[in-house]
Amino acid sequence: MIRAEHISKSFDGREVLKDISAVFEPGKTNLIIGKSGSGKTVFLKRLVGLLDVDEGKIFYNDVLFNGLDFKAKKEIRKEMGMLFQGSALFDSMTVEENVMFPLEMFTNMSGEEKRDRVNFCLERVDIINSNHLFPSELSGGMKKRVAIARAIALKPRFLFCDEPNSGLDPKTSIVIDDLIREITVELNMTTIVNTHDMNSVMENGEKIIFIEEGEKCWEGNRDEILKSDCKLLNEFVFANALAKQLKDSLK
Amino acid sequence: MFRFLSGFGSYWMLLGRVFARPEKHSIYYKQTLKEFVSLGLRSIGIVTIISFFMGAVITLQTAYNTENPIYPTYLIGLGARDSILLEFSSTIVALILAGKVGSNIASEIGTMRVTEQIDALELMGVNSASYIILPKVVATVLFNPFLTLISIVTGIGGGWIAGTAAGVVTSEDYIYGIQYAFIPYYITYALIKTVIFAFIITTVSAHQGYYVDGGSLEVGRASTYTVVYSSVTILLFNVILTQLLLS
Ligand SMILES: Nc1ncnc2c1ncn2[C@@H]1O[C@H](COP(=O)(O)OP(=O)(O)OP(=O)(O)O)[C@@H](O)[C@H]1O
Ligand SMILES: [Mg+2]
Repeated sequence: MIRAEHISKSFDGREVLKDISAVFEPGKTNLIIGKSGSGKTVFLKRLVGLLDVDEGKIFYNDVLFNGLDFKAKKEIRKEMGMLFQGSALFDSMTVEENVMFPLEMFTNMSGEEKRDRVNFCLERVDIINSNHLFPSELSGGMKKRVAIARAIALKPRFLFCDEPNSGLDPKTSIVIDDLIREITVELNMTTIVNTHDMNSVMENGEKIIFIEEGEKCWEGNRDEILKSDCKLLNEFVFANALAKQLKDSLK
Repeated sequence: MFRFLSGFGSYWMLLGRVFARPEKHSIYYKQTLKEFVSLGLRSIGIVTIISFFMGAVITLQTAYNTENPIYPTYLIGLGARDSILLEFSSTIVALILAGKVGSNIASEIGTMRVTEQIDALELMGVNSASYIILPKVVATVLFNPFLTLISIVTGIGGGWIAGTAAGVVTSEDYIYGIQYAFIPYYITYALIKTVIFAFIITTVSAHQGYYVDGGSLEVGRASTYTVVYSSVTILLFNVILTQLLLS
């Protein structure tokens, strides 16, 4: 479980996050939605400690994360996996080396155990026979999947995904969404996904937090989202014409 | 001015993180070997070519500037040798490497920054500064002395070929000259300078790359600044070291 309390963050005096509190439960895909520039990435990086604290507290299973020193943080970090907006694969390494990296860094597995784990993770994300390709030789969707494989290599308890399906076609998006949901249940992870893709919201939204201009405006699940009367949320959800018609016909 | 001071502060803080205790030796060892190849072995070509031609030019210029019957021609060999040892093979080669290796390091690390690869390392709990930069420092500090030795040998060789081909000095005189009044300490001096310059090139360029903020435009800018900053630092230290080591 991850608990965020009163998170704020400013850059050069401009407030990007304003007093956000939220609880994210294990075994669930928690979504953070909001339009581009609303502060989703900053919030996620703040949660995992890649950005410094301005104000607020973050608890991982009731341990106060932002008070810890580098060593204690590292222990929790080993339980985190993250899919970055641009995949962030190491481009000097092959697919296999990328996924193997966390294993080499943090385990004492034998070479064979490592290779088995790597192949298991790659098969899990449907990347087969590409072990020796470099990231520059992969398509965008493949990169995301390899990045997911790397993120789950150490069986994390916390998974963070920053726009896992931006830049992907609708079909591949669904594949990635399903994948994230399935492994969340499989490993009983606390998963937090940033997205502005309404498809994933309706597929995966067991818990949804809506951020607008750095403020949390709404919280609920996919069933509630259609009925909400939060004006900003409705503008976001029913942004396109088709969705608007749908909303009207529901009434 | 403020930017300079804060840059100076962050440089030392970064160094502190680079030299924190490595987490897993086997991985660092492997990385260092990789850097030997990409930063060291891949520089041999350019160092050899430049040293050969510079050695040739230095010899010819020494010859034409001392065209006087009262000077024995073996002085040409001696003059070329000392120019190569004292200045060329350490300082000029370092400046060339600041251009090649320095901008390479800055753009590599800068790209890792803007594509969130550094964030990915940090997220895993890896000390990214140490993991990325330490192997490069170790590799260049250990390997660049070899580049300097190669440069000395090819430089003097280039001088011999050019000098004899142009007929300004006989082979015997040149070879006698390069051995005449030879001070072995000059080689030590060149190697000490090389080691310090290697450290400057690698850490200054790594610092520039590590703190890139933005996109590919900023990466390009960082690698340009790298060449300027590390060249100026090298020239400054050249004066300081020469005063310390030769006085
Ligand atoms: N390092 C930074 N320095 C200054 N401002 C920043 C920095 N990072 C983000 N911001 C600002 O914070 C705001 C939120 O950015 P963020 O990247 O979190 O948006 P986002 O919701 O993830 O958008 P997108 O959906 O496009 O990824 C933006 O206005 C951005 O300009
Ligand atoms: Mg974002």
